[in-house]
Amino acid sequence: MASILSLLRRERLWTFHGGIHVPDEKALSNGRAVETMPLPKRLVIPLQQHIGATARPVVKVGERVLKGQLLAQAEGYVSACIHASSSGTLVAIEPRPVPHPSGLSALCAVIETDGEDTWAELPEPMTRYAQLDTSEIRERIRWAGVVGLGGASFPTSVKLNPGPDQRIRTLIINGAECEPYITCDDLLMRERAGDILAGARIMHHLLGDPRILIGIEDNKPEAFEAMRFALAETDMRGYTEIRSIPTLYPSGGEKQLIRILTGAEVPTHAIPARIGIVCQNVGSAAAVADAVLEGRPLISRIVTVTGRAIDEPRNLEVRIGTPVSDLIAHCGGYRERPRKLVCGGPMMGFEIAHPTIPVTKPANCVLALTEVEAPDPGPALACIRCGRCAEVCPAKLLPQQLYWHARAKDLDRVQDYNLFDCIECGCCAQVCPSHIPLVQYYRYAKNEVWAREEDKRKAELARMRHESKQARLERQERERKARLRQKKESLEAGPGKSQTDQDAKKAAIEAAKQRAAAKKAAAAKAEETDDA
Amino acid sequence: MSATLVCSPHGSRPNRVDRVMQEVLLALVPGVLAMIWFFGWGVLINIMLAVAVAVAAEAAVMLVRRRPIGPAIGDYSAVVTAVLFAISVPPTLPWWMTLLGMLFAIVLVKQLYGGIGYNPFNPAMAAYVFLLVSYPVAMTTWLAPDMLAEHAVSFTESLRLIFAGALPSGVEWDAISAATPLDEMRGKLDQGMSIAEIRLSPLWGDFGGRGWEWVANGFLLGGVYLLWRRIITWHIPVSMLAALAVAAGAFWLLDPTTHPVPAFHLFSGAAIVGAFFIATDPVSACTTKTGQIIFGASIGLVVFVIRTWGGYPDAVAFAVLLMNIAAPTIDHYTQPRVFGHTGNRAKP
Ligand code: SF4
Ligand code: SF4
Repeated sequence: MASILSLLRRERLWTFHGGIHVPDEKALSNGRAVETMPLPKRLVIPLQQHIGATARPVVKVGERVLKGQLLAQAEGYVSACIHASSSGTLVAIEPRPVPHPSGLSALCAVIETDGEDTWAELPEPMTRYAQLDTSEIRERIRWAGVVGLGGASFPTSVKLNPGPDQRIRTLIINGAECEPYITCDDLLMRERAGDILAGARIMHHLLGDPRILIGIEDNKPEAFEAMRFALAETDMRGYTEIRSIPTLYPSGGEKQLIRILTGAEVPTHAIPARIGIVCQNVGSAAAVADAVLEGRPLISRIVTVTGRAIDEPRNLEVRIGTPVSDLIAHCGGYRERPRKLVCGGPMMGFEIAHPTIPVTKPANCVLALTEVEAPDPGPALACIRCGRCAEVCPAKLLPQQLYWHARAKDLDRVQDYNLFDCIECGCCAQVCPSHIPLVQYYRYAKNEVWAREEDKRKAELARMRHESKQARLERQERERKARLRQKKESLEAGPGKSQTDQDAKKAAIEAAKQRAAAKKAAAAKAEETDDA
Repeated sequence: MSATLVCSPHGSRPNRVDRVMQEVLLALVPGVLAMIWFFGWGVLINIMLAVAVAVAAEAAVMLVRRRPIGPAIGDYSAVVTAVLFAISVPPTLPWWMTLLGMLFAIVLVKQLYGGIGYNPFNPAMAAYVFLLVSYPVAMTTWLAPDMLAEHAVSFTESLRLIFAGALPSGVEWDAISAATPLDEMRGKLDQGMSIAEIRLSPLWGDFGGRGWEWVANGFLLGGVYLLWRRIITWHIPVSMLAALAVAAGAFWLLDPTTHPVPAFHLFSGAAIVGAFFIATDPVSACTTKTGQIIFGASIGLVVFVIRTWGGYPDAVAFAVLLMNIAAPTIDHYTQPRVFGHTGNRAKP
C-alpha cells in the first residue's frame, strides 16, 4: 500500500528530444572523499572568472593581502567580486594565461603566499536572514563573488534578482552533473548536502518562496540518498522535492533539466525567469550558504582531477588561483603521457595548452585523457546525410544543415536554421560517423555572426558621429551669423545699450537651451540604436 | 575556416562511416546467400565483378581528381553500391553490362556530383534503371528458381553465360529461365486470367513467389539486424512496407480476383530489400523523421501504382529515384520545431 502511494506520489518526469548515452567513467574519481589541496607558493587569480565585465582591482602591487580580502570589485551589474584565496604579498597584476577556450591571457592578481593563511576580517554571518531585507542578502552574495559553479559562471546575485514583476514559481537545484568523468558535484552532495539545502533555502527566501526541485541523475545513488537524508532533517520538506532523473547526456543543461523536471520549454533567446523558473547549480547553493551564514567569500571549489592518464584520480578542494599542474602532481602525476589535457568534461570542455594555468570558479574538472580515451578521430569524411546528428540534438536542430551553411559561410542561412539555439553540447559531433567537427563549425559561425553585428554597430556609430558633427558645425555657423546680425543691429540702433545687452543674454540662454535639447535627442537616438 | 584547432567533444567517437557500411554488408549476407541458393552462382559472380569494377572506378576517379584514394575506398560505400546493384540485376547479365552499370553508378551518379554525400540519387538504382531502359530484354531475363529449373546452371556454366553469353550445351533458354513472379502476375492478369488461376502456377510459393519469398525473408532478417544495430531507423522501411501493404490490401479487399494478396506484393519482388537497404540509403533519402515517413510511404505507393497500372512489373528502383528527387523538398517542409520555439521554421 505504502509503495503504491509512493508510486502515485512520484512526480512525473518529462523527456527532451535526443541526447546520448556516453560511458560515464565516474567510478574513476568518485571513490574517495574530497581532499584539501595544500597551499601553493603562488596563486594566480584571474580578475574575470564569470560572464560579464572584468572586476576592477582595489589592491596595489606590493600590498600584503589576507585570505578572503577583496581583490577586485564587481564592475557593473553583471560582474562578480574576486577575493584573495590565501594571505601573502600581491606581487603583480598583469596578463597571464587563463583557462579559456581561446587560450588567451587575461588580467590576473598574483599572490606570493606566506604560508600563514590568515583570514581577513569577514562580515557578520546573517543567520537570521529571514528577517533581513532581501536586497541586503543579495548584496552579501554579490560581495562574496558567487557565480554559477556548473560551468556557465553567471553571477548568482543577478540570477536571484528576477525583478519585481517576475514571479518565480520554481527554483531548480541542478545536481544532474551529466558530463562523463566529472564527480565534484556528486561528492559535494554526499559531503555537504546540508549546506546545499541551506543555500537553496536562502535562495527560496530571496525568490519569494517558490517550490524547490532538485534533480540528480540516477548514476549518483549515494548523492541522492545523502540529499534525501539531509532534507528529512529540515523543515523544507513541504516545498522541496528531490527527483532522480535518468542518466542521459545533456540532462544537466539548464534548459534540458527544466524540461525534464517541469515539462516546460524555455523560449528561445529567453532566460528561464521568463517562465518563472530559476536554476542554480548545487555548488552555487553551497557557496550562497557559506556567504550568508558564515560570511565567507567564494575562494575555493571542488575540482575533479581525472582521466586514465592520471595516476590517482580524485576530487580536491582547491583554492581559486592554484595552478592546474599542482593538482595533477598532487594526484600522483601522470600514469601515462596524456594525449589531451582538458578543462571541463569531455563533451563541452576545452583543451588547455599550458598546465600552469590557474583553477578558476567555473573550473569543475581537469581531465587528462590517454590515447585510448581520446584517439585522433582522423580526418573528417564527407557528410553522408545519415541524420544521426539530428536524432541526438537536444535543441532539435538540424546539425547537418547548420554544418552545410556554416561551411559555405552563409551567415543568413545558419541563422535561419537557428544556429543560436545550439548549446554546443557536442552530441551531434559525438555520433557523426564521418567525424566532422560539427561544434567547431558552429562556434566559428557564431563568431562570424557576432563579428558582423559588431561591424554593423560600429558603422552605425560612425554614421551617427558624423551626423552630429555635421549638425554641430551647422549650428555654430548659424549662431555666428546670428551674433553678427545682432552686433550689426545694435550698432545701427546706437545707444540704449542695456536693452541690447539683455537681448543678447536672452539669445545666449535660448541658444544654450537649444543645444541641450539637441544633445538629449542625440543621446536618445544613440541609446535606441544600442538597444537594437 | 578559422583554426580553432581543438574543439569538443574530446572523447573517442564510436561511429565510423566504414563500420556503418560494413554492418550493411554483413546484413546483406542472409539475403545474398538465399539468392545464390535459389538462383545460382551467377549472383555471386555478378557481385564480385561489380565490386571489382566499382572499387577500381572509385580509385580511378580519385586519381584523376588528385584526392587521396585510401579514404574513398576504405569507407566501403562503393562496395555497398556494387552489391546492391548486383543483387538487383539478373544472375545471367552479360559482364559488360555490369561493367557499364557500375561505371555509370560510380563515375556519373556518384563522383560527378562530388562523391559520397553529394549524390542526389541512389547510384545502384540509377544504374539499374539506366540498364533497364537501355537493355530491357537482358535486364528482365531471370533464371528460374532452382527447384523449378529443368537444368541447374553450374558455376562454370554461369561463368560462360556471363562472360561469353554461351548457354550450357544442349540447353535452351526456356530450360533455365522463367518469368519473375511479378512479371507472371502482370502478364496473366493482362490476359484476363483471375488470381485464383494464376495461383496454380508453380511460381507461387507459400506467400510470395517461390524462392523469391525466401530471398525476401533473408533480406528481412538483415533489415531487422540493421534496425537492432541502429544503423537505420524504422521510419523509412516501415512506412514504405506499410504503405505498399495498405494500398495492396485495399485493392485486394475490393476485388480479390484481379488483385493479389498484400503478402505477394511484399515478398515477390524487391520490396523488402528496397525498404531496408535501398530506400534507406542516407545520402539520397530524407533526413527529417517526418520527411522519412512521407518519403517511405510515397515509395510504397509509387511501387504499388507502377506494379498495378504501369509499364514495368517491378518498380522499386523507379520509385526510389522518383522520391530521391522529392527528398530535399520534403526535408524542407518537415523541419522539426526547434526546442523553445513555437512553430517558427527556417525561411525558404
Ligand atoms: S551525423 Fe555527420 S554524417 Fe550524419 S548527417 Fe550528421 S553531419 Fe552528416
Ligand atoms: S552541439 Fe548544437 S547542434 Fe550539436 S547536438 Fe548540441 S545543440 Fe544540437
